[in-house]
Amino acid sequence: MAITLSASELPSAPLSARLSTPQVWGIAMLVPYLLVFLAFVVYPVCYGLWLARHPASYVALFHDPIFARAAVNTLIFLVIGINFKMLVALFLSGFFIQERSWIKWLSVLFILPWAVPSIPTILSVRFMLNPEWGVVNQLIFKFTGDDGPNWLNDPTVALTMAIGMHIWKSLPFWTLILMTGRLAIPGDLFEAADVDGASWWQKFRFITWPSMQILYITCTLLSMIWTLGDFNSVYLLTGGGPADLTHVLATLGIRYLRLDQLDMSMAAIVCALPLVLPLVYFMMKRLSR
Amino acid sequence: MKPPAFRLPTLREAGTEARLLLIGIPVLIWTMVPIYHMFLFAISPKEDAFSGKLWPTHPTLHNFHIVFYQQHYFLRDFWIQFWNSCVIAAATGALTLLIATAAAFAISRLRVPGGRWVMNLALFTYFIPAAFLAVPMYRTMGTYGLLNNHWALILAMVTIASPYAIWVLKQASDKLPVELDEAAIMDGASIPQLFRLVYVPLMMPSLVAIGTYAVLLAWNEYLYAFLLLSNDKEITLPVALGNFLAADDSPWELLMTTGFIYALPPAAIYYTFKRYMVGGLTAGAVKS
Repeated sequence: MAITLSASELPSAPLSARLSTPQVWGIAMLVPYLLVFLAFVVYPVCYGLWLARHPASYVALFHDPIFARAAVNTLIFLVIGINFKMLVALFLSGFFIQERSWIKWLSVLFILPWAVPSIPTILSVRFMLNPEWGVVNQLIFKFTGDDGPNWLNDPTVALTMAIGMHIWKSLPFWTLILMTGRLAIPGDLFEAADVDGASWWQKFRFITWPSMQILYITCTLLSMIWTLGDFNSVYLLTGGGPADLTHVLATLGIRYLRLDQLDMSMAAIVCALPLVLPLVYFMMKRLSR
Repeated sequence: MKPPAFRLPTLREAGTEARLLLIGIPVLIWTMVPIYHMFLFAISPKEDAFSGKLWPTHPTLHNFHIVFYQQHYFLRDFWIQFWNSCVIAAATGALTLLIATAAAFAISRLRVPGGRWVMNLALFTYFIPAAFLAVPMYRTMGTYGLLNNHWALILAMVTIASPYAIWVLKQASDKLPVELDEAAIMDGASIPQLFRLVYVPLMMPSLVAIGTYAVLLAWNEYLYAFLLLSNDKEITLPVALGNFLAADDSPWELLMTTGFIYALPPAAIYYTFKRYMVGGLTAGAVKS
């Protein structure tokens, strides 16, 4: 029910003369965003697709073992990393809604990883894991007398650390979102369940989960889409190493750019589109209602 | 129902409390370790920092002194880079607010034809992972001749921030009653007056949230900053931090000190505007 509609419903002459004015203004006010959109979204996307037009780029890409490895790493990151993160967030959201003053204080600190920029904290972890000088191996040496492992030099461990870094950074955000979901559940449902002597698992299974599952699934999908673009956690912690074995699609594109293989860079991103577009379509459906 | 205040906790209550602590303490350690490690390095002299101690024998503010007086090769442009970060964050915040508020007003209040379509385009952009757009954006900025220019990063950040900004502002303005606009128009207000005198004041909480969001996004951005800016006098602080990694013998205690200084403003902004952020952003981020 916009003013244009209500104005057109009125028969009087002076208002109908104004009828088009709001729309003219509206179009004028949309122009700045449309210009930004055309210049910095439409043009780059078309240019990128144009760069990736040669089938030869895809042939080269599929023959590059680093691409296959990056695709697998990305899937591990999304399927294992994100689902684990969301389960922990679901669990912790239940912890943080407990009414204790110390939990209130803890929640203020808990949000810190989300509130501070990721670069200094990732570099901090990177140095903690330094095999010679890092505090982790120094402590291992102090207590066991043995040299600790070379953490970031093993692809599996390094990728796990990168996933851990991502979880460290974004867990508070998703916990906060799931907390709002939990707090929206009417409390008398739980009181009634208590009266009936329900166990905590029954309360979760029959009250919490049914009211939160749509939110939970939406959050998981959204987190997956965003994590596809998580460049920092991998690039700043492992740099894609050792031997380019911990790349994900987000860092691989930049690696090809550095090597001046632009077509490969774009082709790698185009290869991710079949995975991204259905998720994006689903999210748009949900949010544009 | 309530038990008397002075009695001892029952075994059951003590058990619950213990179990909560069993969750809370690991959460606290997990959260604080990387941040504490950064802080520890910032207050440690070089020899303490590398000894693996959990508290330095001689805590010092000397590292901060070196950073503030730019007394190291890696830090010779610290204040210029700090200023660059400030300018880019402020400009991104202001431009995003301007563009997104105008667009949200047009879509939600003026019901522009095709507004819904624009909204969907914007949402689509919001869901493209930013790293995927980075390479074509880099080339595009080269075509426009903007590389190594602050405008490149500002415009890129506005592009990334405005879809979400428009969406949140549209959601918020849909909640304002239509009667307000009608009354203002009846009283003879023009559209610019309606925007300035009615719409913007009512939208203030959401505008604060969106402004904060855009400022933090630009301040924290690493990938685009390091692609689009390369000159030492043009780069922002995160890029300068990343450049520390280039050398093998990087002064890590200075890197951590600079990182600590760099992390303080966004943390302060976040906690100051937390009530707006939680109300305006997280609720809008995922609508169930």
